[in-house]
Amino acid sequence: MQKSASSGQAHRGLTRRQLLSRASAAGASFVVGAGFIAAPDAAWAAETVALKPGSFATLVQMARDIYPHDHVSDEYYVIAVRGYDSAEAAEGIEAGIAALDAAAQGRGHASYLAVSWERERVDILRAMEDSPFFQQIRGGLVTGLYNQKAVWPLFGYEGESFSEGGYIDRGFDDIAWL
Amino acid sequence: MTAPFEQTDDSVVVIIGTGAGGGVLANELAQKGVSVVSLEAGGRYLPEDFINDEWESFGQLAWTDPRTTSGDWRVAKDFSGLPAWIVKAVGGTTTHWAGASLRFQEHEWKAATTYGEVQGANLLDWPIDAAEMAPWYEKAETKLGVTRTGGRPGLPGNNNYKVFEKGAKALGYSEVHTGRMAINSEDYDGRLACQQTGFCFQGCKWGAKWSSVYTDIEYGEATGNLEVRERCHAARILHDDSGKVTGVEYFDADGNLQMQAARIVCVAGNSFESPRLLLNSASSMFPDGLANSSGQVGRNYMRHMTGSVYGVFDKPVRMWRGTTMAGIVQDEAKHDPSRGFVGGFELETLSLGLPFMAAFLDPGAWGREFTTALDGYENMAGLWIVGEDMPQETNRVTLNHDVTDQFGLPVVNVHFDDHPNDVAMRNYAYEKGMAIYDAVGATRTFPTPPYPSTHNLGTNRMSENARDGVVNKWGQTHDVANLFVSDGSQFTTGAAENPTLTIVALAIRQADHIAREMSAGTL
Ligand SMILES: Cc1cc2nc3c(=O)[nH]c(=O)nc-3n(C[C@H](O)[C@H](O)[C@H](O)COP(=O)(O)OP(=O)(O)OC[C@H]3O[C@@H](n4cnc5c(N)ncnc54)[C@H](O)[C@@H]3O)c2cc1C
Ligand code: SF4
Repeated sequence: MQKSASSGQAHRGLTRRQLLSRASAAGASFVVGAGFIAAPDAAWAAETVALKPGSFATLVQMARDIYPHDHVSDEYYVIAVRGYDSAEAAEGIEAGIAALDAAAQGRGHASYLAVSWERERVDILRAMEDSPFFQQIRGGLVTGLYNQKAVWPLFGYEGESFSEGGYIDRGFDDIAWL
Repeated sequence: MTAPFEQTDDSVVVIIGTGAGGGVLANELAQKGVSVVSLEAGGRYLPEDFINDEWESFGQLAWTDPRTTSGDWRVAKDFSGLPAWIVKAVGGTTTHWAGASLRFQEHEWKAATTYGEVQGANLLDWPIDAAEMAPWYEKAETKLGVTRTGGRPGLPGNNNYKVFEKGAKALGYSEVHTGRMAINSEDYDGRLACQQTGFCFQGCKWGAKWSSVYTDIEYGEATGNLEVRERCHAARILHDDSGKVTGVEYFDADGNLQMQAARIVCVAGNSFESPRLLLNSASSMFPDGLANSSGQVGRNYMRHMTGSVYGVFDKPVRMWRGTTMAGIVQDEAKHDPSRGFVGGFELETLSLGLPFMAAFLDPGAWGREFTTALDGYENMAGLWIVGEDMPQETNRVTLNHDVTDQFGLPVVNVHFDDHPNDVAMRNYAYEKGMAIYDAVGATRTFPTPPYPSTHNLGTNRMSENARDGVVNKWGQTHDVANLFVSDGSQFTTGAAENPTLTIVALAIRQADHIAREMSAGTL
């Protein structure tokens, strides 16, 4: 209570510039992930810990088919589903992937990954969209993919703006085409 | 400076919750020399603590204790454990709120009289009216520094507003402006002017937006008459054999049960927790819950008729830059039944960041129809629809005895079905919203379903007669003289306007009444 009363006081007395310098000090702790480096041609799939490499590759393809963005490279989808490559999650994921492959085989393909057209993979997913496995993967992607700070610029989203002083001098009203 | 009061001190007013209602009431009473203990379930976060990141901020501020849902509203399916998007922190949901601060229109105080019989709606006139409230609204606008009132200038329009304004004017709307906002357009009350950072929902890091946590709460504490007990969760209100309340049992930050004696208790925990507390305070004398002789505690839950419209254009808008709610169209707020529904609605610009857009644009959707919409994120503009919804007795907050919270208390179940009037209004409003963007050349528009409720109203409603509601025109419960309700749950009807200015005006008025009655010795 002591702390908050005094910092509240201070906050009201601070200038915009002082607030800004405080913010950039705080911003130093704002570090983006471990910097995943996309290896050529699915080399990441071979580095799995708990999942079979083929299963992980299938999972990444499935993630892409659920939320396809052609301008977003695989590395972000890999990051989004990497958490499932763990001892706790592996069993359920392997079972889900097996079901996915079985559905593909039912349509005459060797596996889900072997289905070449997105349309047909999506048909397979539609048929299982109420399953807990599908909902687990889809639900996880909503934050797993779109809450990656490194993905935001690919959509033009600028994220945090306080440390730069907001947009008051940086184009909050710069629309020119209207 | 904060005043520590003894738990046995039965001269204090205990207020539960420190948001729009409770925070303002606490300060107003403290300024008048009344001793106040405020119990707040959440912790204290100030501008330097707020986070410009949607999910991180949600984790910091949102009320995520368990709740359950039922009914035909889509929230019950998509966000079954999160019926409302509100805050658990000192300052309550005034940290999250966007700042739109509008007075009710005159006829909205008298919805039953104005709209007549609406089948299935439990409409009632407020026991107060526009003339009665005018001076209190003025005090509230001064406190909040509302733009375009009291000679304060409007805010500048951002990109999202400019698109909205151009479309609205092309459709012939005339009441189009950058809103009456509790956001400083120039320095005011020792706080900075808006820096257009665009994270109004995450707590304003500049303090430019009014929030009770760094205004009323601190001013009240500075008088020496207010003690705020953070991370203290009120569990039960106690009473004596005469039926007067005597104190509040609460769990402190360590989970230990404590009791604070009280001369008066005011409940301001927002429209789920306030009725929950009254229901959880049932006793042999009040078997259906405190102040519930009418059976109306928890009923008539309103959440405003809402929805959003997003439009995608062939060029960038960057709607996230600047104030989140940056402008308004008021032409549709009137009551004009020729549109096919009673009551009216406001259109207000809105923007979500990419993470929330992905979660809320079309919850559960996937595939290219959805992802191509997000591909247009930079070129998107957005607006929110807020209109009057119909109170229904069956839309209701009840105790769910099958689910308990971390203290072992039954949680609330929130049941909500849309009324046909709500559906008709929403469909009409979607068309207007989409037409606004079409008029500026949108290539695609999205009628987006309501989010988890941000405006929660009506579950302890105000009524002239004790049989129709829970509190009288002062927010005093009909059944228990020294028990008050001080938040949005008092609302008899919801009107088309965002509720907070009215909650604040009612709290200022209630403080005046309580202080007067205390000194007259009648309370
Ligand atoms: C994203 C968003 C945007 C909004 N924008 C606007 C806007 O532009 N204009 C507008 O008018 N309104 C807006 N609102 C709504 C506005 O924030 C609420 O109407 C208002 O804050 C409600 O006030 P209240 O006092 O009823 O409850 P709150 O402000 O929610 O305060 C309730 C407090 O009580 C505490 N509490 C609850 N139960 C207990 C308990 N048992 N013990 C102790 N403490 C407890 C809670 O932790 C909370 O701090 C918005 C809301 C959201 C979420
Ligand atoms: S846009 Fe203005 S009001 Fe909103 S958070 Fe930024 S400075 Fe505060």
